[in-house]
Amino acid sequence: MTDEAAIPALAAGVKFRFDAVRQAWVVLAPERLFLPDEQAVAILTLVDGVRTLGAIIDDLAVSFDAPRAVIAGDVTTMLRDLAEKGVLRWAVL
Amino acid sequence: MSALDPPMGLVAELTHRCPLQCPYCANPLALHRSAAELETATWRRVLEEAAALGVLQLHLSGGEPTVRKDLVELVQAAAMLGLYSNLITSGVLLDMPLLDRLAQAGLDHVQISLQDAEPDNADRIGGFTGGHARKLQAARAVTQAGLALTLNFVVHRQNVTRVPAMLDIAEALGAGRVEIAHVQYHGWALPNRDALLPSRAELDGVTATVEAARQRLKGRVVIDYVVPDYHASRPKPCMGGWGRRFITITPTGMALPCHVAESLPGLVFPSVREQSLGAIWRDSPAFMRFRGVSWMPEPCRSCDMREIDWGGCRCQAFALTGDASRTDPACEKSPDHATILAAVAARGATPAAFIYRRYANARETDD
Repeated sequence: MTDEAAIPALAAGVKFRFDAVRQAWVVLAPERLFLPDEQAVAILTLVDGVRTLGAIIDDLAVSFDAPRAVIAGDVTTMLRDLAEKGVLRWAVL
Repeated sequence: MSALDPPMGLVAELTHRCPLQCPYCANPLALHRSAAELETATWRRVLEEAAALGVLQLHLSGGEPTVRKDLVELVQAAAMLGLYSNLITSGVLLDMPLLDRLAQAGLDHVQISLQDAEPDNADRIGGFTGGHARKLQAARAVTQAGLALTLNFVVHRQNVTRVPAMLDIAEALGAGRVEIAHVQYHGWALPNRDALLPSRAELDGVTATVEAARQRLKGRVVIDYVVPDYHASRPKPCMGGWGRRFITITPTGMALPCHVAESLPGLVFPSVREQSLGAIWRDSPAFMRFRGVSWMPEPCRSCDMREIDWGGCRCQAFALTGDASRTDPACEKSPDHATILAAVAARGATPAAFIYRRYANARETDD
């Protein structure tokens, strides 16, 4: 479901936090962890279980000063990928 | 020489006590007794050192970690240190009151093992009557408590035809992840190898089932699939490389690059009773012994996969060739690859009887 009214949230048992030792943001999940790149960090920072996909795209289009359509494509792709991996879920409205 | 990365995971084997007797258990044959276990204060200190060193995930394991009376306290300590906590359990002692306390203490994830999809055979394999039913109950309790759940099905010749049913169970119980984990031949699994090793045809059947199911279950259940490297042509990057990503602590406080490494002769493994985790990670000769690529013999040394598989598994090289520094025989480039092929060919038509994992069958420790 990637209609812009959808709300992404971290799945159960997934944590997103800053690691002081590596000085990097980390995603911690069951049997999996990764260090997201700068773009992914910017997106994940806005995933709070409240903001809609549309709101996230709006926010990033402003902060990256990029065309909304381009941002929308990147964000949707990334979030869909993370949902498939079980890191994110789509909250029901 | 590049700087040493901090470890990512700590495997805390809290105990070797366990109510089950699975013949494929990766614990050493020399099981440690409860009297020799680390006390709570030492574990707490180790967790603090782990967090300070950069460990991100804690895996509470054993034996059966839920037999430890301080489990909730340790989970709470981990949570307060920012360590992601993962409980690896048989689930047979995991009732709702304990689960609630663990959830409140901040536990992130529970992984429950299952021995089969068929209850009687599951109980026979685990050597614990009623185990399967208890595990299903525990799985329901985990999802009810709002915790992330993984089901780990250990697969081998004696349950290999029921992988479709295993995946159905995972889906029905609402597990976020399911592991279809072929047995690896370490610890108790090695003497039980003839009772466990699947044929090539059986393995290929499972692989096909898993690949089809991945499409069907996409977005609902993540399937992690681990193949036995007895049928592989390339070795696995064992633990992500020796001394590169993980530290395992045994019930008596020995620090190991992997939970099987105690089997290797000629290495003196450090103890957390005597040294800090940081000193162990950076300076321990045992951790440095097979770290990186400089120890590698040919063909590993010149191989373009050397920083992908890190030379495979030292314990498997030792078990099959008597020399921990040889190329992992699972690799088709290994001069000893024939030992793997011979083991597969030598597999009997009917499985041998299980040697159950129990103290009565264990070797003596040095405790």
